Amino acid sequence: MSNVLWQHRLGGEQMIAAAFEYHRPAHLKGALGVLAEYGDDARVLAGGHSLIPMMKLRMASVGHLIDLQDIAELKGIRVAGGRVTIGAMTTQHEMIASTELSSAAPVIAEAAVQIADPQVRYMGTLGGNVANGDPGNDMPGLMQCLDATFTLAGPDGTREVAARDFYHSAYVTARGDDEILTRISFAAPKGGYAYEKQKRKIGDYATAACAVQVTMAGGKVTSASIAMTNLSDTPIFSAAAGAALVGTSGDAAAVKAAVTAAVAAINPTGDNRGPAEFKRHVAGIIIGRAIMRALSRA
Amino acid sequence: MNDLTPTPQERTAKLKGLGTSRKRVEDARFTQGKGNYVDDIKMPGMLHGDFVRSPYAHARVKSINADAARALPGVIAVLTAADLAPLNLHWMPTLAGDRQMVLADGKVLFQGQEVAFVVATDRYVCADAIELVEVDYEELPVVTDPFKALEPGAPVLREDLAGQTSGAHGARRHHNHIFLWETGDEAATNQVIEAAEVVAEEMIYYHRVHPCPLETCGCVASMDKVNGKLTVFGTFQAPHVVRTVASLLSGIEEHNIRVVSPDIGGGFGNKVGVYPGYVCSIVASIVTGKPVKWIEDRMDNLMATAFARDYWMKGRISATKDGRITGLHCHVTADHGAFDACADPTRFPAGFFHICTGSYDIPVAYVGVDGVYTNKAPGGVAYRCSFRVTEAAYFIERMIEVLAIELGMDAAELRSKNFIRKDQFPYTSALGWEYDSGDYHTAWDKALAAVDYAGLRREQADRVAAFRRGETRKLLGIGLTHFTEIVGAGPVKNCDILGMGMFDSCEIRIHPTGSAIARLGTISQGQGHATTFAQILATEIGLPADSITIEEGDTDTAPYGLGTYGSRSTPVAGAATAMAGRKIRAKAQMIAAWLLEVHDGDLEWDIDRFVVKGAPERFKTMKDIAYAAYHNAIPGIEPGLEAVSYYDPPNMTYPFGAYVCVMEIDVDTGTHEVRQFYALDDCGTRINPMIIEGQVHGGLTEALAIAMGQEIAYDGIGNCKNSTLMDFFLPTAVETPHYTTDHTETPSPHHPIGAKGVGESPNVGGVPAFSNAVHDAFRAFGLRQAHMPHDHWRIWKIANQLGLHG
Ligand SMILES: Cc1cc2nc3c(=O)[nH]c(=O)nc-3n(C[C@H](O)[C@H](O)[C@H](O)COP(=O)(O)OP(=O)(O)OC[C@H]3O[C@@H](n4cnc5c(N)ncnc54)[C@H](O)[C@@H]3O)c2cc1C
Repeated sequence: MSNVLWQHRLGGEQMIAAAFEYHRPAHLKGALGVLAEYGDDARVLAGGHSLIPMMKLRMASVGHLIDLQDIAELKGIRVAGGRVTIGAMTTQHEMIASTELSSAAPVIAEAAVQIADPQVRYMGTLGGNVANGDPGNDMPGLMQCLDATFTLAGPDGTREVAARDFYHSAYVTARGDDEILTRISFAAPKGGYAYEKQKRKIGDYATAACAVQVTMAGGKVTSASIAMTNLSDTPIFSAAAGAALVGTSGDAAAVKAAVTAAVAAINPTGDNRGPAEFKRHVAGIIIGRAIMRALSRA
Repeated sequence: MNDLTPTPQERTAKLKGLGTSRKRVEDARFTQGKGNYVDDIKMPGMLHGDFVRSPYAHARVKSINADAARALPGVIAVLTAADLAPLNLHWMPTLAGDRQMVLADGKVLFQGQEVAFVVATDRYVCADAIELVEVDYEELPVVTDPFKALEPGAPVLREDLAGQTSGAHGARRHHNHIFLWETGDEAATNQVIEAAEVVAEEMIYYHRVHPCPLETCGCVASMDKVNGKLTVFGTFQAPHVVRTVASLLSGIEEHNIRVVSPDIGGGFGNKVGVYPGYVCSIVASIVTGKPVKWIEDRMDNLMATAFARDYWMKGRISATKDGRITGLHCHVTADHGAFDACADPTRFPAGFFHICTGSYDIPVAYVGVDGVYTNKAPGGVAYRCSFRVTEAAYFIERMIEVLAIELGMDAAELRSKNFIRKDQFPYTSALGWEYDSGDYHTAWDKALAAVDYAGLRREQADRVAAFRRGETRKLLGIGLTHFTEIVGAGPVKNCDILGMGMFDSCEIRIHPTGSAIARLGTISQGQGHATTFAQILATEIGLPADSITIEEGDTDTAPYGLGTYGSRSTPVAGAATAMAGRKIRAKAQMIAAWLLEVHDGDLEWDIDRFVVKGAPERFKTMKDIAYAAYHNAIPGIEPGLEAVSYYDPPNMTYPFGAYVCVMEIDVDTGTHEVRQFYALDDCGTRINPMIIEGQVHGGLTEALAIAMGQEIAYDGIGNCKNSTLMDFFLPTAVETPHYTTDHTETPSPHHPIGAKGVGESPNVGGVPAFSNAVHDAFRAFGLRQAHMPHDHWRIWKIANQLGLHG
C-alpha cells in the first residue's frame, strides 16, 4: 500500500488486524467458490504485502481471507512460442531469479529489483502487484508498456483484459469482486528496454517511474512503448510519447518530444515526496533517462 | 624470572584494558536473537494495555463511552481521566517542571494523545476494544506554528494554566508561552554587532525529528499485593529516576519499588522521559493485582513519545573585514508541543544550547530561548546528543558558513582563523562554559590534509564552470564542520533531574578467585557498556576484562545513578568505575604488603600486580591478592575486597571533531550521493577503538537521516504526516555511505582516565557536515540558507529557485 493511504489515516491508529476467517483452498475452483459464497466480505490473499498492512491499519476489513498459496495452477513462468506467461502467484523474487524470463524480457528483473526490498520480494507476487490497483505499484505500468493481457477466472469462466484497459482509478480495476486473476501474458519484447525509478529510499514507492521498450532498424526507431508509474491515480500508457519516437533516429529532439507527450499525459498529486510541480519535473527527467537507456540498448 | 614469565606486553594484552579493540561481549546474545527485551518478558496472568488515542490535534472531549468496550469478552478495564482523578494521577509532572495529562482531561492537545487505556487479556482484544470506545470530540482551532501560537489571538492551548503568569522557568508573557531563558550579555553583544564591519544574519531551522529507536517504548508493571512490592520492567534510560518518580507519584515507599531495564534496543533520548503508558500500566496492575504489559507500536512511538529539536534559531554574527569574529547573538523560538516534557537538567530549560559559540573564540555573545506550546506531541529530548547540543552545533556551523559567504572567504580558513587556540585551554566561553581541553588546529589541519581540501576546491570550481557551460547537471558540495560538544552532565552543583544530582556510581566486588562484578547506575542501550567498563576496570585493577561482569539496570542491585543519555556514561560512570577501581587497588596494596612482609610504601603497581620496589621477582598478582582478601586473617584489614564510588564530576567534558562530507548533487532530480565522508573525532582517551568506530558509523548514519530526509511534520490541522517508516526516513545499508574515521587524542584533564565520551559526537557533527555540503554545492549560485531536511524535493526546490532548471 502506498503512503497515499497511510497519510489519510488520522490518529486512533491500530497495528493489529480485526478477526477474520482463513481459507486455504488447494484449487482455483475452491477459491472461486469461497469468493462467490461470501461476496464483498471475502478477499484473496497473495503475498500479503499490500493487503495485510491495510488490514493491520484496519483500513481493509476482510471477513474471509482466501489464501491462494496452495493453488499450484497459479504458479510458474512459461516462455513458449514467443510468448511469456506468468502465473499470478509467482513472486517477484522468482521472476528476478528466472534466467528464462530474464532472457525473454530483461525489463522485468530491472523493474522488480527496484520494488521494496528482498523480504518484500520473497513474498509479493506479480498477480497481487497488478491486481492491487495501487498507483504506486510498479508492475502495472510495466505491464502496460509490454501490452500484457490479464486472465481473470470467475464463476462464469475466464476472460481476458488488456493491461492498458484494466485500471480505472486508484484501487478500482476491471476485475469483478468474484474474479481471480490467474495469469499475465505478453509477447516477448524485442529491442532496447529500461525501467527507471526515482524513490526516496529502499522500500519506497516511486516519486516517478517509467518503463520503455523500443526497437530500431536501419538507424530508425520502428516501435516504442512508454508507460509510467505513480504519476496519476492509475498507471499511464502514453501512445503519443511512443509515436513521437517512431520514425526518428532517437535524437535529442525526438526524445524531447516524447518526454513532452508523456508528461502531458500525467496528473501527479502532492504527497510527502513533494508537490505536483516537482513530480512533474522529475517525471520528465526520469522518462527522458528511461528512453535514452532503452535507445542505447536497442 | 625465567623464560616462562610473561613479558609486560603479554600481561597487558591479556587484560584487554584501555585502548584495546576488544570484541563486544553483548554481541553473542544479540546476534543470536538471545537478547531479553521488555516485550520478551512474560509473566503468569499478565494482562495487556493499549491506548485509545486522539485523532484530533485540538479538541474538547465531551464524553467517553466505554460500555461497548467493557462488554467485549476479555476486556478487564477501560481507564479514563475520571478513573485516575481520585488518585490524582490523571496528570503527571514532567521532567521540565510542567505537567502533562496522563489521559485526556477534558480536552486533547495533539494528535495521538492518550485518551483512554484499555486493559485486556491479550493485545488483540485490546485492539478490538479500542475500536469500540466512543469518544465525542468537539474540534477546536489548531496551532502548529510556534510563531502563530504567540500571536495575541492565538487559541488557548493550556487552559489548565489560565492566569499563571509564571512557570518553572520564570515569567510567561502569553497564554502559549512557556518561558524565556536568557544568558550572556545582550546589550554588549548588540553594541558589538551594531558597530561591526561585517554582520551576517540568518534564520536557521533545525526541524522536528524523532529518535525512533528500533525497539519502541514499553513496560511490564507488576504489583504484588501480598508483599506490597511493585516491580516495573521497562525501556528506561534512567531506571533509578523512574523508581523515584514512581514512588513520589504512587506513594509506595521507594524500597518497595524495583525498576528493571532489561536489554534495550536503542534509546537515543526517546527513553529518558516518563510516559502515560508507564503510569497507566502501574495503575492497572495495582487495580487488577496482575502484571500489565504496555508496548508501543511504531505509530504510537513516532506520533506520541518524545520528538527532538524543532528549534527556530535566529542568528546574528559579526566580524572584522578580515574575518575575526567579534560577537554572536541568537534568539530561539522553541516549539515544545503541548506539554513541556523536555528532559533537561532542571536549571537548563534550553539544555546546554549555550555551547553555541562552538569551537570559536567569540568575545561576546547572547542567547535567548522562548519556549512555546503548540498542538504537537510533547518531547524535545536529546536525540543522540547532550541537551540541545546538536541544535547549537548546527546553528554555529551554519552561521559560520553564512558569515563566510558574507565575507567572501573560504569557510575552512574562517574557522581556522577563529578557533580557540590550544594554549587558551582551559577556556571560558562568553556564555560561561569552561572548555576542559582541545587542540582544534591540529585536528582541522589533519582533516583538511586527509581529504586534500585544496584539491577538492579546485575540482569544485572546475565543476561549476562545466555546469555553466552546460556540460554537466551535477554539482559538488564540500561540507565542513568543526564541532565542540559539552557532555557528561554533570556537576551536582548545577545539574540535577527532579532534584537528583547528576553524579553517577559504580560498585565493585572482587571474587576470591580473581574475577569480579561491577554494577553501575547507568544502562546500556547498545553502547557496549559491558565491554568498555570492564576494560576501564581491567586497566585499573589488573584483572582481565574477560573476568569482569558489568551489570546495570536493576535498581535493587545497582547503585543509584542518573542513567545513560547525553554521553554521560563514560564521563561520569566511567570515572566512578576508575575511582572505585582505585579504592580496590589501595586496599589490595595493603594486603600485598602484608603478604610480602614489606611496608605498603615499598610496593609499586605493575600492570596486574604489586611488586617490591627494586626486587621485581617479589610480587603478588591481583589474583593472589583477591584470594588472600578472603582467605587470610590480616591484622587491621577487614576481609573481602569491595569498593563503591559515587562520582560528582568537577566539570563537563568537551569532545570535538572535524568532519568533511563530499557530496554530488543532481540538480534536476534533487537526489544526492555522498562520495566521501571523513570523520575525525577527538574524544580524549580512547577506551575501545572498535566501539568508537561503531558509534561513529551509527551516529553518522542518523545524522545522514536527519539532514537528508527524516522529519516529523504536521499539516495545517495538526495531522502528523510521518507516523510510519514509509514516510519517516530510516536509512538502510543501501542509503548509508562509506565513512572514513580518524582521530586525535586530547585527554580531559579532570577525568580520571582522560576520557570524554563519543557516542553522540557523530550525530552532533554529522548533521551540519551533510547539510553544509548541500549548501556549499549551491554557494556559487547564491544560496545562503535552505532548511533541512534536504530531501529530493527540497534540494530540487533550491535549484529551481536559483533558476538552475532553465
Ligand atoms: C515496505 C513495502 C514497500 C513496497 N514497495 C513497493 C514498490 O516500491 N513497488 C511496488 O510495486 N510494490 C511495493 N510494495 C508492495 C508489494 O510489492 C506487494 O507485495 C504487492 O503490491 C502486492 O502483492 P502481494 O502478492 O503481496 O498481494 P496481496 O497483498 O496479497 O494482495 C494485494 C491485493 O490484490 C488482491 N489480489 C492478490 N492476488 C490476486 C489475484 N490473483 N486475483 C485477484 N486479486 C488478487 C488482494 O485481494 C489484495 O486486494 C511494497 C510493500 C511493502 C510492504
